[in-house]
Amino acid sequence: MTALSRRRLLGWTGAGAALAGVSAATGFAVASAGDAPASAGVVPFRGEHQAGIVTPAQDRLHFVALDVTTGDRERLRALLQKWTAAAERMTAGAETAPGGAVNLNPQAPPADTGEALGLPASSLTLTFGVGASLFEKDGVDRFGLAAQRPPRLAELPTFTGDQIDAALSGGDLCIQACADDPQVAVHAVRNLVRMGFGTTAVRWSQLGFGRTSSTSTAQATPRNLFGFKDGTNNLKAEDPAALDQQLWVQPGDGPAWLDHGSYVVARRIRMHIEIWDRTSLAEQERIIGRTKGEGAPLGATAEFDEADFAATAADGTPRIPKDAHIRLASAQSLGGTRILRRGYNFVDGSDGQGHLNAGLFFLAFMRDPHAQFVPMQRALAKSDVLMEYIEHTGSAVFACPAGLAEGAYWGQRLLEP
Amino acid sequence: MSRRARTGIATAALATATLAGCTSTAPAAGPGDAAGGKPISVRAADDACEVSATEAQAGKITFTVNNTGNKVTEFYLFGTGDRIMGEVENVGPGLTRQLIVEVPDGGTYTTACKPGMVGDGIRAPFTVTGTAARSVDANTKLAEATSGYQRYVTSQIEALVPKTQEFVDAVKRQDVEGAKGLFPVSRTYWERIEPVAESFGDIDPKIDGRENDERDPGVGFTGYHRLEKDLWVDGLQPDSPAIADQLMADIKNLQSRVSAVPLTPVQLANGAKELLDEVATGKVTGEEDRYSHTDLWDFKANVEGSQAAVAALRPVVDDKEPTLGPTLDERFAAVYTLLEGYRAGDGFVLYTQLTPDDTRRMTEAVDALGEPVSQVAGVVTS
Repeated sequence: MTALSRRRLLGWTGAGAALAGVSAATGFAVASAGDAPASAGVVPFRGEHQAGIVTPAQDRLHFVALDVTTGDRERLRALLQKWTAAAERMTAGAETAPGGAVNLNPQAPPADTGEALGLPASSLTLTFGVGASLFEKDGVDRFGLAAQRPPRLAELPTFTGDQIDAALSGGDLCIQACADDPQVAVHAVRNLVRMGFGTTAVRWSQLGFGRTSSTSTAQATPRNLFGFKDGTNNLKAEDPAALDQQLWVQPGDGPAWLDHGSYVVARRIRMHIEIWDRTSLAEQERIIGRTKGEGAPLGATAEFDEADFAATAADGTPRIPKDAHIRLASAQSLGGTRILRRGYNFVDGSDGQGHLNAGLFFLAFMRDPHAQFVPMQRALAKSDVLMEYIEHTGSAVFACPAGLAEGAYWGQRLLEP
Repeated sequence: MSRRARTGIATAALATATLAGCTSTAPAAGPGDAAGGKPISVRAADDACEVSATEAQAGKITFTVNNTGNKVTEFYLFGTGDRIMGEVENVGPGLTRQLIVEVPDGGTYTTACKPGMVGDGIRAPFTVTGTAARSVDANTKLAEATSGYQRYVTSQIEALVPKTQEFVDAVKRQDVEGAKGLFPVSRTYWERIEPVAESFGDIDPKIDGRENDERDPGVGFTGYHRLEKDLWVDGLQPDSPAIADQLMADIKNLQSRVSAVPLTPVQLANGAKELLDEVATGKVTGEEDRYSHTDLWDFKANVEGSQAAVAALRPVVDDKEPTLGPTLDERFAAVYTLLEGYRAGDGFVLYTQLTPDDTRRMTEAVDALGEPVSQVAGVVTS
């Protein structure tokens, strides 16, 4: 950047920060966290909401966005039924089909690819979503679904600094596979992709090797590749009132098929970690607004202490800089808006320029991406000093329907209203 | 040439259907060939395909194909799913060739002439009445499948030999442009039956090896791709004529050995799958024809060869898994439709003219086809 480098603006003292109405965003009641699955456990596939959203964030991710290559609604429906059956089996730790890996006709390719044989269910969750392009693409109502597109399921605007690669963005469908074991997550995606050949094709996919968010108070806050605790103030499973207000789509929000579902925003964020690593500890902490060790808001002592955005240092500057990440992303700055972050660290090899191709695969679930994510990202893209060290290279929004009742399949309420 | 271990068709001891004489595709008209009804004459022009009868009795049916046009032509009798009941390839202008086809079942078939040897051809329905005496249990159908495919292999070799000769002759008379034009055409016949040809582990590396293949000491880089490199990159070399002669000798060696290859239904099915694997790993990537960039010719030929093997097995597939056949038909058709979008004259655009979006679409279509084709081996052995 040039003279207007955001880094130079660091510590810039503006007018008094008018931050009235700082709400108690951090005080969650530690509710029953007994539903956290054991590390090799089985997360129920069916329920009121899809698993993989408020499920305590597993450590590993394989996320895939797919395009539907058929124009035949019936064929799409058949695939979704087939996917659901296989997904339910895999989340229970089973092969895609009974005996699928090695016990069927030896002259035929195995029905299950086999790399998860002998591995436990590993808390595998498979979360399904649909993108706006499923409803309408290039002005074509592909499956007679255009009228069913929720108005809030729309492409995100371009934000300042975006370097979005179309090949890493969008998609008609998504499947988020999370598990304690990366092999289990990859196995699930690979087998579902295989079943889809001829009906769907992979548009892009992303591996995440470590979670960067907690979705339950029972979990410790993990760190992102900048070395900081991330998502301390996340929405969490133990706060059902906040979830209804901020996470789950409510009846009346849009078409009924999405009631009790949620939206997921996916952003592939490349981090220039080599540059970040040359930044002093003090500057790193000012950029984030927290201490690196404990994760406490600047001026406080413990991670979950409430951030005091009004506090000033001895020289009169705000204790938490005006452009600090946690200030810009706080509910207080954003009219009470919160999201459920469920992102993952990634390193996709190297970039051919001597740097690691590393970053954060940002995933966040919310009730309305345009009322929640968009204002937040606008504020960050405009002022966040952190933007100096990152660039958004992929972007997508999907609507994830509610959980499935016994016998129901992914997308059934959309396809059979 | 594929890098896979040669699960040699030639070395497979499991042959359940050894094929003796492959008499259906006769190279030239001869007395006494028409064992069934009277021969049906076919006047194959550049823009017409006049078949003297539209109906015949089940059993041996003889077609006498006369090319009255100016383009090299082919004549086919197709069953359901474009299963090739019989064909004659490479019928030059003015020539007459005979095709004897075994058609045991009555039903609706399709005749087709392919002037210029491209496209779907000029087609017409053809009715076969009655049923020839035979037992129709599954083993018989499997044996018919392998013998039918063997006829296909034979027909391709019969076209491969003269087309390669034309290519070789052009190289030897230093006709670089002529040889460049013939290179992808002669390879078509090779690529259609590549898994069978590859089963001869000693011949395949000589005919279709790549420059960077590991070779035994003293063995040089020969065959199609050596001549390809000479023609497109290095210019013809002092030993190019010798390389060309060697290619011809190797092809003839293949011809002399291929008819004795016993094939099993599983080998047919796996061959169909391997041809698509070849497309996915060698053609969509531009790896095969890295100097000429004529990969789409090979792409099409691989798919055609795969379809021929699947079509030979089709009656068994239809008996055991009725939903698979229509899926195969649709996915093969989708690949051909996609490829037709890259036509340039009688051939195709060069690989270097393709965008990443083009190759992505091709990969998607081949993936969509590869999955059902990979099911065929399991179905025919179930």
